[in-house]
Amino acid sequence: MRDQLAFAGVRFAYGDQPILDNFDLTVAKGEFVSLIGPSGIGKSTLFQLIAGLLQPQQGEILLGGEAMANRLGQVGYMPQRDLLMPWRTIVENAALPLEIQGISKKEAHARVRSELPQYGLEEWADAYPAQLSGGMRQRVSFLRALLSSSSMMLLDEPFSSLDGITRMDMQEWLMAKWQETGSTMLMITHDIDEAILLADRVIVLTGKPITKPIELRVSINRPRSLVSRNQPGFLALREEIWDLLRSHRSLPSLGREA
Amino acid sequence: MGHWQRGVWFGFSIALFLIAWELACRLLAIPPFILPPPSAVAIALWELRESLLGLHLWATLKEVLIGLSISIVFGISLAFAMNASRIVERLVYPYIVISQTIPIIALSPVFILWFGYDLSGKIAVTILFTFFPIVVNTYDGLRSTDKDTLNLLKTMGATRGQIFTKLQLPSSLPHFFSGLKVAATYSVAGATIGEWLGASEGLGYFGRRASGNFQAPALFASVLLLSVLGMTLFWLVGRVERHFSPQVKVKKSSNLKN
Repeated sequence: MRDQLAFAGVRFAYGDQPILDNFDLTVAKGEFVSLIGPSGIGKSTLFQLIAGLLQPQQGEILLGGEAMANRLGQVGYMPQRDLLMPWRTIVENAALPLEIQGISKKEAHARVRSELPQYGLEEWADAYPAQLSGGMRQRVSFLRALLSSSSMMLLDEPFSSLDGITRMDMQEWLMAKWQETGSTMLMITHDIDEAILLADRVIVLTGKPITKPIELRVSINRPRSLVSRNQPGFLALREEIWDLLRSHRSLPSLGREA
Repeated sequence: MGHWQRGVWFGFSIALFLIAWELACRLLAIPPFILPPPSAVAIALWELRESLLGLHLWATLKEVLIGLSISIVFGISLAFAMNASRIVERLVYPYIVISQTIPIIALSPVFILWFGYDLSGKIAVTILFTFFPIVVNTYDGLRSTDKDTLNLLKTMGATRGQIFTKLQLPSSLPHFFSGLKVAATYSVAGATIGEWLGASEGLGYFGRRASGNFQAPALFASVLLLSVLGMTLFWLVGRVERHFSPQVKVKKSSNLKN
């Protein structure tokens, strides 16, 4: 299987503070990978590198098997805050990446409108973000990221600001969307259950700088649901990840937020 | 209904205020050249309606509208230039900041000296009063663009021009309008001061002449008209703002529903 994303010997540092050193990572096409690690470890830096907002100081980042210097516009990014523009309607917000790609407003809006029913948002097409609930706003944010680039999506703690019930709904919803779109997804989360439930692989990031990420394969059958969390395999994995995180939580790694 | 009720209360409070004023003048026998009763002001307004409304209000309105328009055009242009060029920003911004601390009223005679006692002098003083609030607010608005949203647009592959039109411009609009509201009320003050310094028409000129002749009712009539002019301009800017930012309207109406 071809890799959708690959890091080969990447080094990145802010000044004399290294974040990544000789870092390797591969994500297969259509795979869902969760990234988990203590805050301040450099997960956001990793995403900014993938999205092309930052460039590696050594090594290469490959997208779809090709080394790409300019990755801007190649990756769909779903940020932690929904970042919907308050002056744009739902349709206008979701159509933003299409407009930026040079597609005419009329065509872009028509395409978004045809997508909205699948997101349960058709009645909210012409509403403003302030009128929507947190879960609805995150769905708009997801659609916007998907329209930006469906081949590689980065989800940055997408549900961290939602309440517990909405969050579980959204996790099931995202699983369905991932299967439906076939997109490659890389998700940052602080929630161990969320990391396991959604992913094919969980990558635990530790150390400063991060060199060898620890990879754990999730071998729970799909389709999964919230009930899958009670399976013995799930519980064992949760213990393992928790132990990994705890054992690396020595004081020196509780450094500054990167 | 809340809107309607507030209007009734406002009318009621004004009526109460006018009655109290009228009674105070009559019962305490205050000399009319010190404080004329509202009835005398109303009579003066009616008797002098032709010169007040036909000549003087029109003259002041002309100064205000021309001065304010020039300030808007040049204020926005300068703010855009500072946003586009680091060099312009470095050269100009310190003066903009310093200008906030200078008592501009003290500078007014200088502008009259330069631009003369005719219309251009008054327009110059009006510009002096209104230019800076527009520049400062517009520029601050352009600078205060949300960093995360900026990065999100970059990941979509947006060009500098697209970032400007789709993010910076719309997100700076509320700042621009709050500057314009300040400028709209300042513009009336600017025109009035311009007229005080030497004029043959205008409400400021009229008021000062009435003051010199101890014609208190006429003076109060001109002050009343100037106040109404300021309030009308302020209200108009609010209307234009709501037209340009539809989400403000939505927020207000959904608040009312709750």
